[in-house]
Amino acid sequence: MRLNSARRYAVNHLVTGLAVLSTVLVIVPLVAIMVYLIYKGASSLNLAFFTHIPAPVGEPGGGMANAMLGSGIILALASSMGIPVGIAAGVYLAEYGRGRMLAMAVRFTADVLNGIPSIVMGIAAYSLIVMRQMHFSALSGGVALAIMMVPTITRTTEEMLMTVPHAIREAALGLGVPKWRTVMSVSLRTASPGIITGCMLAFARVAGETAPLLFTAFGNQFWSFKLNEPIAALPLQIYVYAISPYDEWHRLAWAGSLVLILMIMVSVTLVRIYAARGTLKGAS
Amino acid sequence: MSLELEPESSSPPTAPSTQMDAPQLRAPAIVSFVGAAEPAAVEGPPSPIRQYLSKRGNGGLADKTFAAVMLVCALSIFAIVLFILTILILRSRLSLAQFGFGFFVHSSWDPVSGDFGALPFIFGTLATSFLALAMAVPLALGVAIFLSELCPARLRAPISFLTELLAAIPSVVYGLWAVFVLVPIMRDQLGPLLLKYLGWTGFFGGYNFGVGMLTASIILAIMILPIISSITRDIMLAVPTSQREAVLALGATRWEMIRTGVLRNARIGIVGAVILGLGRALGETMAVTMVIGNHPDISKSLFAPGYTLASVIANEFTEATGDLYLSALIEIGLALFIVTIVVNAIARALVWAVTRGAPARVI
Repeated sequence: MRLNSARRYAVNHLVTGLAVLSTVLVIVPLVAIMVYLIYKGASSLNLAFFTHIPAPVGEPGGGMANAMLGSGIILALASSMGIPVGIAAGVYLAEYGRGRMLAMAVRFTADVLNGIPSIVMGIAAYSLIVMRQMHFSALSGGVALAIMMVPTITRTTEEMLMTVPHAIREAALGLGVPKWRTVMSVSLRTASPGIITGCMLAFARVAGETAPLLFTAFGNQFWSFKLNEPIAALPLQIYVYAISPYDEWHRLAWAGSLVLILMIMVSVTLVRIYAARGTLKGAS
Repeated sequence: MSLELEPESSSPPTAPSTQMDAPQLRAPAIVSFVGAAEPAAVEGPPSPIRQYLSKRGNGGLADKTFAAVMLVCALSIFAIVLFILTILILRSRLSLAQFGFGFFVHSSWDPVSGDFGALPFIFGTLATSFLALAMAVPLALGVAIFLSELCPARLRAPISFLTELLAAIPSVVYGLWAVFVLVPIMRDQLGPLLLKYLGWTGFFGGYNFGVGMLTASIILAIMILPIISSITRDIMLAVPTSQREAVLALGATRWEMIRTGVLRNARIGIVGAVILGLGRALGETMAVTMVIGNHPDISKSLFAPGYTLASVIANEFTEATGDLYLSALIEIGLALFIVTIVVNAIARALVWAVTRGAPARVI
C-alpha cells in the first residue's frame, strides 16, 4: 500500500519534470533562432538596406528596398481583395446564418481551407492569370495571397462578431433601424477592434509567405511599380539570397529576415494586446 | 421608481423634454400646430414625423440586397475550393491522360526523357512528415499539459506568447536558420553522434552532407510543434472542470488527474490536433526545400537527400520546359491539394467533435 502510493507520487513528479523539460526544449529553438537572427541581422542592417536596390553580385552594399516596396504593393492588393470578402463572409456567418446548415458548411470549409499548402494557391493563381497573360505579374501574386487571406479573416470576424451581445442588436432593431444598418453601425462597430486584429493576423501571416509568390510575382531586381510586371517581395528575395552561394547575399538575407520577423512580432504583440481588451463585457 | 399620473389634463403624462408628441395623443396641440380646423380627430394631415417616416420606407430592398451580398461572399469560400480543384484538374489533363494512376507508383522522375513518376516525392513527403510527427507530438503534448495544468499563472502568458510567436515565424526564416545553423550541426556534431550510437539500425548509412531527410524532419518538427500544442491546449481547456474535480476527489495525484480526467476525455480532439499538424507538415514548402537535398530518390538512410511533393513544385515549376512537364507538376499539386483537404477535413471534424464547433484557432 505504502509502496504503491510512493510509486504514484514518483510517477507524478517524473511526469511533471518531463512536461517542464519538453517546454524548455520547445522554447530553446525559438530563443536560439531569435538570438541568432538578431545577431546576424543587426550587424548587416543599415540605412542602405532600406533605401537601395540590390547591387550586382560581387559588389558590396545594396539593399532590399525594392523588395519591401514590392511586398507592400502585393499585400495592399491582396488586402483590398481579401479583406472585404472575408469580413462579409464573417458577417454572414455571425449575423444571418446562425444555426443554419449552410453556415456550418461554410465554417468547416473555411477551417479546412486554412490548412491548404500555400503553394497550391500559387499554382491556382498561376493557372488563372499568369498562363493567360503569358507573363508574371504583381496582380497574380496579390490574387494568390488574397485567396489565402479570405478564410482566415472570415473565421476571426465571425469569432469577434459572436462576442457582441445580443442586447445591443435588439436595442437597435427595436428603435427601427433596418437590419443592414444594425449590422454595419452596431455589430461591426462594436466588434471593430477585434476585426482589425483578425485582419492584422491574416496580414502578418501572408506577409511571410513565399511559396505562392515563387511563380506568380516571380521577383525583380529593380524598382517596379506596375501591377502587370514581375515584382520583388521580401520573403521571396530572402529565399533566393539564402540558397545562393554569395556571402554578401547571405548577409542581406539575414537582414531581411530580421525585418520580416520584427514586423511579425509587432503584429502578434498588437494582436495579443487587442485581444485582451477587445471583447465586450456582459456578453449575452 | 413609480410613475406619477397627473390628473389635471385629459392628455396622458409626457416627458418634459419632448416638444412634439405622438399625433393621436395630443390632437388639440396638433390642430393648433398645423392650423387645420379639425376638432380632436386622429385623421387629418399627418405630422411631419409621420410624413418623413412614410416617405422613407422600411428599408426592405436595402436589407435584401445587403443579405444577398453577404451570402455571395460567404459562398465565395466554396467557390475558392471548387475553383482551385477545377483549375488544377484542367491544367493537369495532359499528364493525367498520359500516365493515369501509374503516375503515383512510378518511381523515376526524368524530365529529359519525359518519364514522370511521383513515387519518390510521395515517399519523401510521408517519411519527413511522419518522422516530424514522431518528434513533435510528445513535446507538444508535454507543452500543452504544462501550460494548461502545471504552469504557474504568471508564466502562462509569456510562455504561450512565445509559442504563438514560434508559430508566426515565416517558413523561409526557419529555412534560413536551418541552412546556416542546423545543417552544420547535423553535419559536424549530430550526424557522427547518431552514426556512432545508432548506426547499427541501418538508418544512418551513406555519406552525411548535413542536408537530408533527417534535417528536414527536424525543422518540420519545430514548425508543427506550436500548432499541435496550441490546439491541444484549447481542447484540454474545453474539458469541463467537474471531470478534473471528480478525479481529484477520488484521491488521484496530479498526473493521474490529467491522465484520467482530462486526456481521456480529450483523446479524440488530441488525435485531431495531431492530424492537423500532419496536414501542415505535408504541405510545408520553403523550409523543407532548403534542407532536404532535392534529389528524387527513395533510400533507407535518414542522411540521404530526398524530395517532397511541395519541394519539387517550388524548385522546378519556373523551369518546366514543355507542356507535359508543367502538367506533371500541376498533377503533383493536385495530389497535394486533395491529400491535404482530406487530412484537414478529418482533423477538423475530430477537433470539432470535442470543442463543439467553437471557433478554433486559426494557426
